[in-house]
Amino acid sequence: MKRKSIIPGFGLSFGITIAILSLVVLIPLCSLVVFTASLSPEEFIYTVTRPRVLSGYFVSISTALIASLVNVVMGLILAWVLVRYDFPGKRFLDGIIELPFALPTAVAGISLTHMTTTNGWVGSVFYDLFGIKIAYTRLGITIALIFIGIPFVVRSVQPVLEKIDIQYEEAAMILGADRVMTFSKVILPEIMPALISGFTLAFARCIGEYGSVVFIAGNTPYETEIAPLLIMSELQEFDYPAATSIALVMLAIAFVILSVNAVIQSRVAKRVSGLA
Amino acid sequence: MKIRKNNGLLKWVLIIISFIFLAVFLILPLIYIVVSALREGFSAYIASITDEYAVKATLLTLQVTVIAVIVNTIFGIAAAWCLTKFAFKGKKVISTFIDLPVTVSPIIAGLIYVLTFGRQGPIYSILDGWGIQIIFAVPGIVLATIFVTFPFISRELIPVLTAQGTDEEEAAALMGATTLRIFTKVTLPHIKWALLYGAVLCTARAMGEFGAVSVLSGHLRGKTNTLPLYIELLYQGYDFTGAFAASSLLVIMAVIILILRLILEKRGKKELDICK
Repeated sequence: MKRKSIIPGFGLSFGITIAILSLVVLIPLCSLVVFTASLSPEEFIYTVTRPRVLSGYFVSISTALIASLVNVVMGLILAWVLVRYDFPGKRFLDGIIELPFALPTAVAGISLTHMTTTNGWVGSVFYDLFGIKIAYTRLGITIALIFIGIPFVVRSVQPVLEKIDIQYEEAAMILGADRVMTFSKVILPEIMPALISGFTLAFARCIGEYGSVVFIAGNTPYETEIAPLLIMSELQEFDYPAATSIALVMLAIAFVILSVNAVIQSRVAKRVSGLA
Repeated sequence: MKIRKNNGLLKWVLIIISFIFLAVFLILPLIYIVVSALREGFSAYIASITDEYAVKATLLTLQVTVIAVIVNTIFGIAAAWCLTKFAFKGKKVISTFIDLPVTVSPIIAGLIYVLTFGRQGPIYSILDGWGIQIIFAVPGIVLATIFVTFPFISRELIPVLTAQGTDEEEAAALMGATTLRIFTKVTLPHIKWALLYGAVLCTARAMGEFGAVSVLSGHLRGKTNTLPLYIELLYQGYDFTGAFAASSLLVIMAVIILILRLILEKRGKKELDICK
């Protein structure tokens, strides 16, 4: 299969690629591996099972999970509206969805925080009417993570929804299926892989998110302290072994999430190609 | 696509839900930033953004962004060229490592550079001998920014070059064109929109990166404080007008980026369709 290409520039482009890749990604990753190897297992176990660290993982994972689930529902509605309907302001809606990618996370963070404190625009309404505090609670963290995760589900479902032929829905309708049945039996199976992939991407991003969350969280230990913040505080005390231990568990969690997604996607690909 | 007539009510309910959701989560925070920045009058706003440290932070952010975009452009072109025009072993491994940085939490990205270039590592003493400081200095900020935006450009180029194939370059090479000539006359016209699009995405993320930069910056005002870090500093010092004034600069950039994105995306899609 190896044949010599007549296109020039392999050596040059390969050299640049490997050189920059090594400097930016490979060498730092190697140093993470080397440093990890020097950790003692007892110390590692002790660090990552401290109640404060465990609660940090719990806060990060639970808020990221809720935020991503909200985004699955809202992302599906947004993608549906953008693909299936025509209405004034559609271009604007489509463009603004990318805002969380374009707006710096720290800027989003201070704005959401200041708005949702008990005397902010939104926060005062919720506090006076329902007695709900948003900023400096887990609810606040979830709100920040919903903001961050909006584009992921929309952008993975949108292209798939665009490709679905409306014939299948019409066929289902003619055969007597109602709207709910058509959606759940015809459309949902088609977009499920994209929905899952958008969910996992948003979830993985939200678990590691720092900039937008750190302001709104309030950072009370055991209550609103997220795992990335724990790494940050260990780093500020120059306790590199502890910071690395906490980070390794987070990397493992992210790896598991993304692998589950990869397995699901490849199964779907096999099923689809098997049918074709 | 024609829309069926019998879903009028559902259509408008979904559209209204979409608008309310995006208005609350995306547009309200933006308006809030502008209003808060101007709360103490226009002259206070101008004073905040022309503050000596605000200007220095803006210049540092621009400098870091430009370097990150240049490095990632060189890398993106080299990587896309070598991964799409040639057949060799290890392609999958390389592309996995290229995509890896976006799945890692920004705090962990900062951590791995601290482990690599920090005082406890072997590289520190070598670089220190040459008088080069990486972490808690500008080079660390630049490296972290390159890391978090690493795949942005190559990921835009690879699909276009894959769709375009290798025939045109092979023809040019057979007719005796030099590497540079093949690239500028044959390849570049195909990828120019995708390249610009990737550069815009890269700029957006590079300007706003907070977590990774926060780990590696020494937080020295006027020296290693980028704009997002400067905003954090002001916010924590209860200078809310200053923080929101500085944020408004990044909001303006974000809006410009969203508009550029929409324009470039359309052009890029056309080019990809032509290739296919």
